[in-house]
Amino acid sequence: MEHYNMNLTLKVWKQKNKNQQGHFETFQVKNISSEMSFLEMFDVLNEQLIAEGKEPIAFDHDCREGICGACSMHINGRAHGPWHHTTTCQLHMREYKDGDTIVVEPFRANAFPVIKDLVVDRSGFDRIIQAGGYISVNTGNAVDANALPIEKHDADEAFAAAACIGCGACVAACPNASAMLFTSAKVSHLALLPQGDPERSIRVENMIRQHDKEGFGGCTNIGACEAECPKGISLENIARLNREYIAATFRGGSKNSV
Amino acid sequence: MSWKSYFSTSVGKKLQMSLTGIFLITFLVVHAYINAQIFWNDGGVEFGHLAHFMGTNPVIRTIEIGLFAFLILHVVQGLLLWSKNRGSRKSRYAVKKDSETSKWYSRSMGLLGTLILLFLILHISMFWAPNRGAQTFGDGELDLYAMMRDEFQNVWIVIIYVLGCISLAWHLVHGFYSAFQTLGLATNRYKAMIKTVGVAFSIIVPLIFALMPIAFYLKWIQ
Ligand code: SF4
Ligand code: FES
Repeated sequence: MEHYNMNLTLKVWKQKNKNQQGHFETFQVKNISSEMSFLEMFDVLNEQLIAEGKEPIAFDHDCREGICGACSMHINGRAHGPWHHTTTCQLHMREYKDGDTIVVEPFRANAFPVIKDLVVDRSGFDRIIQAGGYISVNTGNAVDANALPIEKHDADEAFAAAACIGCGACVAACPNASAMLFTSAKVSHLALLPQGDPERSIRVENMIRQHDKEGFGGCTNIGACEAECPKGISLENIARLNREYIAATFRGGSKNSV
Repeated sequence: MSWKSYFSTSVGKKLQMSLTGIFLITFLVVHAYINAQIFWNDGGVEFGHLAHFMGTNPVIRTIEIGLFAFLILHVVQGLLLWSKNRGSRKSRYAVKKDSETSKWYSRSMGLLGTLILLFLILHISMFWAPNRGAQTFGDGELDLYAMMRDEFQNVWIVIIYVLGCISLAWHLVHGFYSAFQTLGLATNRYKAMIKTVGVAFSIIVPLIFALMPIAFYLKWIQ
């Protein structure tokens, strides 16, 4: 496709800190190449703001190759913009044409408070993982690799669930601001493997309790999470989390639950 | 973990919605089957037999108490979840293109459920309540067939009934699948099947119900 340059109008959310009210500010950027990524376009804007002696826009980013999950932006009404299976850093400016207006907001959820501008606090995800996303391993000699046979199908499913990068797009997209897709991915990749078996009951219970405590909404099986997830985490993981939960109630109480 | 968690965690609460929902779905089948007897166009003879059985059999009357309990649980828990979930995003998006990522009826279960509830209040006060009232305090069972024939001469009642059935249909399109997903049964292998059966159910059962007032109104049955 032909390369081209464009001028754009950006309406970006500006917010000083957690406690202050935010608002939209309008910016013009010129000569943006269709080959730039969305974040590179923001780099251009920020350099321009710095040159003008203004404060640059704060946004999260790290790997810029679609694997870390940092780049949370809600672009024209969609988490990570309009492309399927794509993070913001992998969204490219060829999606837009000269004269377009783009509205950029932070991911919004009570459990993801805005720290500054487009940066939100996603440490709730870390606490959900801490609540149960671990396995206990005895110390001593390392076990031989492949000593534990794992069925191919289970290995593949566990791997697919482990692909979750904790980006939070599922929460951003969900009308209930639920983090059930994330939580289910974290429950699933351990529940499918023999290493995860001993803690399976307390894992699902503690992670769900932490999920609720963080202020995420409940899952009502709407499916916007799956549609928006850059890693294609499937709703089947939520079905699995539900099965784990039901099975845990049948297995009875556990002393280690929170 | 204990069963008590079904009343405290978000997943437990949605299991309540799923289990009460499946019970209500089962009830719909029974209700539709019995009322469809009017289509024999026999002056309500077949329907009358079954209606009498359902209205007087002690086992059925006991299940009826459970039906109301489950219905109330489904409604109350549903409304509580709706307000909790809505409150989970206090600061709202300026732009949100929900229609690109999900279906309107999946996002509108609270609204559709409320419409069904309003319809149910009317429906119960038209047939069930007067009938049970007459059984308990009056001269025994009422002639429900004759009541239907009379009530459904009013075009507004017919329209409200059809709208109630349409709300039910959309509520079921999401609810049927959702109930099984919540039970963890909508795995990749069964998901398509559950969705297909769910859509078929959501069309057929409300359609049977909707045809009843229409049939009386248009005098297909007398
Ligand atoms: S499930 Fe998908 S959308 Fe949610 S945090 Fe993980 S990778 Fe991101
Ligand atoms: S910056 Fe790492 S995924 Fe976008």
